[in-house]
Amino acid sequence: MLKIKDLHASVDDKEILRGINLEVKAGEVHAIMGPNGSGKSTLASVIAGNERFEVTQGSIELSGEDLEEVSPEERAHKGVFLSFQYPVEIPGVSVTNFMKTAINESRKAKGLEDMPAKDMLKLIREKSELLEIDRKFLSRSLNEGFSGGEKKRNEIFQMAMLEPKVAILDETDSGLDIDALRIVASGVNKLKSKDNAVILITHYQRLLEYIVPDFVHVLHNGKIVKSGGKELALELEEKGYDWLKQETAV
Amino acid sequence: MSKFLTHFLFTYYIEYMAYTEEELKKELETKEYEYGFYTDIESDTFPVGLNEEIVIAISKKKEEPEWMTQWRLEAFRIWESMEEPTWANVHYEKPDFQKISYYSAPKSADPNKTLDDVDPDLLEMYRKLGISVDEQKKLQNVAVDIVVDSVSVATTFKKTLAEKGIIFMPISEAIKEHPELVKKYIGSVVPQKDNFYAALNSAVFTDGSFCYIPKGVRCPMELSTYFRINQAGTGQFERTLLIADEDSYVSYLEGCTAPSRDENQLHAAVVELIALDGAEIKYSTVQNWFPGNSEGKGGVFNFVTKRAICEKNAKVSWTQVETGSAVTWKYPSCILKGDNSIGEFYSIAVTNNYQQADTGTKMIHLGKNTKSTIISKGISAGKSQNSYRGLVQINSRADGARNFSQCDSLLMGNECGAHTFPYIEAKNKTAMIEHEATTSKIGEDQIFYCNQRGIDTEKAIALIVNGFSKEVLNKLPMEFAVEAQKLLEISLEGSVG
Ligand SMILES: Nc1ncnc2c1ncn2[C@@H]1O[C@H](COP(=O)(O)OP(=O)(O)OP(=O)(O)O)[C@@H](O)[C@H]1O
Ligand SMILES: [Mg+2]
Repeated sequence: MLKIKDLHASVDDKEILRGINLEVKAGEVHAIMGPNGSGKSTLASVIAGNERFEVTQGSIELSGEDLEEVSPEERAHKGVFLSFQYPVEIPGVSVTNFMKTAINESRKAKGLEDMPAKDMLKLIREKSELLEIDRKFLSRSLNEGFSGGEKKRNEIFQMAMLEPKVAILDETDSGLDIDALRIVASGVNKLKSKDNAVILITHYQRLLEYIVPDFVHVLHNGKIVKSGGKELALELEEKGYDWLKQETAV
Repeated sequence: MSKFLTHFLFTYYIEYMAYTEEELKKELETKEYEYGFYTDIESDTFPVGLNEEIVIAISKKKEEPEWMTQWRLEAFRIWESMEEPTWANVHYEKPDFQKISYYSAPKSADPNKTLDDVDPDLLEMYRKLGISVDEQKKLQNVAVDIVVDSVSVATTFKKTLAEKGIIFMPISEAIKEHPELVKKYIGSVVPQKDNFYAALNSAVFTDGSFCYIPKGVRCPMELSTYFRINQAGTGQFERTLLIADEDSYVSYLEGCTAPSRDENQLHAAVVELIALDGAEIKYSTVQNWFPGNSEGKGGVFNFVTKRAICEKNAKVSWTQVETGSAVTWKYPSCILKGDNSIGEFYSIAVTNNYQQADTGTKMIHLGKNTKSTIISKGISAGKSQNSYRGLVQINSRADGARNFSQCDSLLMGNECGAHTFPYIEAKNKTAMIEHEATTSKIGEDQIFYCNQRGIDTEKAIALIVNGFSKEVLNKLPMEFAVEAQKLLEISLEGSVG
């Protein structure tokens, strides 16, 4: 589904991704771990098409299509979703209005009419229940004054509304309290199917207990330095990253 | 469709010339003024230049009573002694007032012109604004063929208004039909000597509207659908006089969302609102004069004086969405004269390319327990400059006066500017004044966030701008709000590369 080959990307002439290779198939869950500043969020941004970063080498393919010339919004229409590590605020725009716009823009791109209000309401009701979101919340300005945890839960609500093919969750777990983590994780699990894929960026084993990954990758200095099964996460939790850093330094 | 007929009626008033014995006599009395000149003014456009003869000729053309002519002359003499103000934060080449023609007969539709002759860019803009083909034709001075239906609609309007005793007509007609009302109120809020442009307007105004709502009457419709199209053809010096008698209510919409490419560079309108005891007036404006092209060439200079007087327990709300003009100079104000009166000002001003806007409001608290609210949203893009200038003045006997002001600026890009000049003069210690100001910028991260959700950059900006302007947009009547929203989107199109 998602195929990344020898991906190099830089910002202001500073190389951050230095040759990433990653293949994510439909139905799989991948976890990406790695020390602060190793390039995890950058990778997520580049997959989503953020033009701040320049891809200098390599390629990203989605369902066989090269994404090089594809704009961020078109990538979204094709099913790429990013749950942001730091969701931004848009004052005066309600969560509902934002979602309505997002859904209808995607539909427009596919040549469909706007979603009828009745269906939209039903969808909102269904998904807000899935994530146990109080509906009053949905009339508030997007992310404005939301607590850290509320922002993260709202990201997953958006994911649920948009039903992406490839969802990248960038540290969605950080900021969530124990109950919220459970609710959000179970939401993600319910959305998971054999036709979509999830990439989890996280620092903690805890999330991976709820959403069990098929593969775990360690990113260091813009490269995947180790890949393994879910047990790799446990090993990291125990040993930290130093042993890997040393291994790769050699 | 009602709009076409009203336009038709409007032009009809102007062209129709009643000639009573009485007027003939008056004309003879003043004959010496226009001697040697009257032949010139038989033509539809006056020669350029401004002097007493021109002022008299305008008055004559409008068949005005003598007192009106004198009032204009008085204004002209005041104007002559005044200097064009320079304190606003705008820079432009001063118009040469002797190079302007002060009277043009209304344009009549050209039967040979079709929409194919119209600039395709304009048509595209009309399409986006959802303006009907007939309305487009009207705006472009193309003959409109559907009349039958409009006749009935407009008649219904006229009937409904008449039943309630509401007077709504061109001011030129009101001067003749309701001289006692016009005489009493014209210049009572904006005197001739108020400022340079108001004096000029008082001397040479050619049309505008007059509205009177009788005691205790709630005007049953927004005076808008009825009026919108008329405005597209109004002249440079428009004069509006609106009187809401005791305990009455009216919501009045002014302007036109359709872009007006007016060849007149200078526009100096005067609007006077009178809210008598317990009356409420809502005055909404959407203004979209031609702002000049992307290099800053052309465009309208818009110098407007708008002021309301509120008697006891009265309330006036000004709501405006300004996207047009090359230079805008405009401060809708409220004189809160009566105790417990309320003044509100909600404004969105958008500037793009080389536009300059200096707008704001004045709230003059004279009565006790008077309240005012100011919400100003400035959006600047391109190389434009957007200034808010507000005065809150609390008079010494205005016990318990309160004001809340909020001025928010949104910047797009690095080459534009936003400025706020809040002036507060409080002469009463019981006054409570709050002022909040924010400046923000549309961030790349906000845009990317929207893009990531499938919303393209153009739409993302529209969404962010609408969110920013929401408090003000919410104050507009529904139908107008939708148009205003579209207008915001269109004005900012192409403002991010
Ligand atoms: N816009 C930018 N300009 C300059 N440097 C940047 C920019 N974005 C990222 N970087 C740098 O790239 C490196 C990788 O950043 P990134 O955010 O991808 O790390 P991360 O792995 O997500 O870290 P964390 O675990 O702390 O979230 C860091 O050194 C960061 O400072
Ligand atoms: Mg990160």
